[in-house]
Amino acid sequence: MRVALFVPCYVDQINPEVGVSVVRVLRRLGVDVTYPEGQTCCGQPAFNSGFFDEARSVGRRFLDVFERERFDYIVCPSGSCTTMVSHYYPFIFKDLPDERERSETLGQRVREFSDFLVNVMGVKDLGARLEGRAVFHTGCHQRRELGVLEEPRELLASVDELELVGWENEELCCGFGGTFAVKMPDVSTAMADEKIKALQKSGADTLISGDSSCLMHLKGRLRRTGHDTRVLHLAQVLDSGKAG
Amino acid sequence: METEKPARRRETEDRRNEGIASGVEGFNERARRAVNDQQLHDSIELFTHKSVAGRNAVLNALPEAPELRERAYRIKQETMANLDRYLEQMADAVEARGGNVFFATDGEDAVRYIGDLAREKGAKVITKSKSMATEEIELNRRLEEDYSDLGLEIVETDLGEWIAQLAGDTPSHIVGPILHMNRKRITEVLSRTAGEELPPDVEALGSFARRRLREKFVTADIGITGANFGVAETGTVATITNEGNARLVTSVPPVHVVVMGIEKLVPRFTDLSVFVRLLARSGTGQKLTVYTNFITGPRGEGELDGAEEFHLILMDNGRSKLLGTEFEEALYCIRCGACLNVCPVYRQTGGHAYGSTYSGPIGAVITPLLKGQGEAKDLPHASSLCGACWEACPVGIPLHDLLLKLRNQQVEEGLAGKAQEIAFKGFESTMKRPVLYRISSRAGRLAQKPLKKDRPLPGPLGAWTGSRDLPPLAEKSFRELWKEGI
Ligand code: SF4
Repeated sequence: MRVALFVPCYVDQINPEVGVSVVRVLRRLGVDVTYPEGQTCCGQPAFNSGFFDEARSVGRRFLDVFERERFDYIVCPSGSCTTMVSHYYPFIFKDLPDERERSETLGQRVREFSDFLVNVMGVKDLGARLEGRAVFHTGCHQRRELGVLEEPRELLASVDELELVGWENEELCCGFGGTFAVKMPDVSTAMADEKIKALQKSGADTLISGDSSCLMHLKGRLRRTGHDTRVLHLAQVLDSGKAG
Repeated sequence: METEKPARRRETEDRRNEGIASGVEGFNERARRAVNDQQLHDSIELFTHKSVAGRNAVLNALPEAPELRERAYRIKQETMANLDRYLEQMADAVEARGGNVFFATDGEDAVRYIGDLAREKGAKVITKSKSMATEEIELNRRLEEDYSDLGLEIVETDLGEWIAQLAGDTPSHIVGPILHMNRKRITEVLSRTAGEELPPDVEALGSFARRRLREKFVTADIGITGANFGVAETGTVATITNEGNARLVTSVPPVHVVVMGIEKLVPRFTDLSVFVRLLARSGTGQKLTVYTNFITGPRGEGELDGAEEFHLILMDNGRSKLLGTEFEEALYCIRCGACLNVCPVYRQTGGHAYGSTYSGPIGAVITPLLKGQGEAKDLPHASSLCGACWEACPVGIPLHDLLLKLRNQQVEEGLAGKAQEIAFKGFESTMKRPVLYRISSRAGRLAQKPLKKDRPLPGPLGAWTGSRDLPPLAEKSFRELWKEGI
């Protein structure tokens, strides 16, 4: 099994440890991991803001870079960036037959990290261990466009000493929404507060998600409001309790 | 509401208007006030939680719900593809039944038709049942102003709409027009109208309202309603309500006027079996509302009730220009309000923040489409694009994709603003060139030192750090770690 890693730009720059955990987890399963170094960003910030031309131009580069590689799957530790490629590339390229076909072909082989582990590799237990009581936040793209809901939970259920608890209004968006977070800062923050209220109520000491962007937003608000809740990406949890 | 005075701004908040945050100020100002209003927040939470829970329960108990949704979408799609033909069929059917039909290009047309009719009839009192189409064209205000010589008394008879009217307020939700008011406020409004202090209990308030409204029902000269659906094949107008008021509006006065947006059409009577089942469930969590009325023309020979005269106004008001465009799906809406109830933005701000008759996701979509993007530039951005609206919509309208297309249209029409244009040009050229990307990430790390200091930042960074901690860039990027060997 050969996997080309797609590391979202903010993971690359802000949370590289998430990418490192992904590599370690995949290698442990015997996956041959490559990282196409020409990659930058999938173009989602521009797309989200309505700058489709700019998104197409960045998207074309993404297609070029990954088409040059040899792989069975592209794996990405973000439901949101996975969706950009698998769902929204065909959307922005719909009137350009060549790119449209290329993006559809490539899109079929892009998998969100937990989706890949459970549905392609057929594993649910990675032998990880992490003490704590956690809630899991499913990013909105992962929930509604990808429909990858159970997979992260199944993986977390096998983590030793980790108790996964439910929380109120779990399906609500965290309020990040890309540029929304800075265009509508008050509403965005109020949405984060709603999640944090539910988090507090659940009694969890750890917040886990498959999307670092949601986590960056929630963590930023948690810290600003004086909460020290542990915040981890799913890959970091699955990579824990194992000697490197 | 644009007429409200903008809240006093602090200096740091001003910075949010710079850079990428430009051009969305109208919504932001109102939203900022709304998120700080605890009473409003509590009222919204109460209503939306109840609605969502009810909706989920009844839809989960209906195994064919997904199939109905699919069928609803297809029916609307087919209706829009042949709308001209169906409108004609509807008009013919109504006329064959002895009703009058008028095609109104815009609100002005509709107001004129109704005003002239009121003059002709020597009408004094007009009763209305809940209708978003008449809210959209501000029918009440315009009749009162443009036909002031008639001295018309226009009375909303849906309880919520009536209270809104008395308070000089606009509806803040398609289905629950005064969900923004708590009981205390409602008691105040009704007490003022009663000229005495009313006790704040539902019984007393309800019985006062019934007494007052009954006087109006029996003296009304014209009754005006909207339409939830219009059936082309039979000329039937369906109204779906929970209060008996629509029946009194349509049967007591001698004249009944229906104001119906042209997109409310369905081709066949049997199509209602799909839509009626979805509407009540999605809107209020009921299997059926208390009153489902089908009205086909004026009172016929030997019929016991119904108005003597029936007027159907088929109103365009910007709708037809969406036909055949990438925004056509916005016309499939049946105004159930489900997208508002599940929307995390609406749940924080309520409806008035949108500054438009229609609020929530569907409001953010159709307001700029009907009014023009320049008039509601901020609304397509009033969404985190989470897709909860699309998931809840009983007709399967991809609302979040339409919002994205609207954002794109703004960019193409040069409405996005210079700052954003420059920002995303820069983004594009950086992301297209890995060398540039690497250099700018290094530059970013060097530049973080002053950023970490405790002073307000300009532009988007400032908008972030106003309420959230900013994560620092990592000492080494993933790319660098990969090169070193993981
Ligand atoms: S867009 Fe869909 S969910 Fe929203 S009001 Fe219309 S029909 Fe209901």
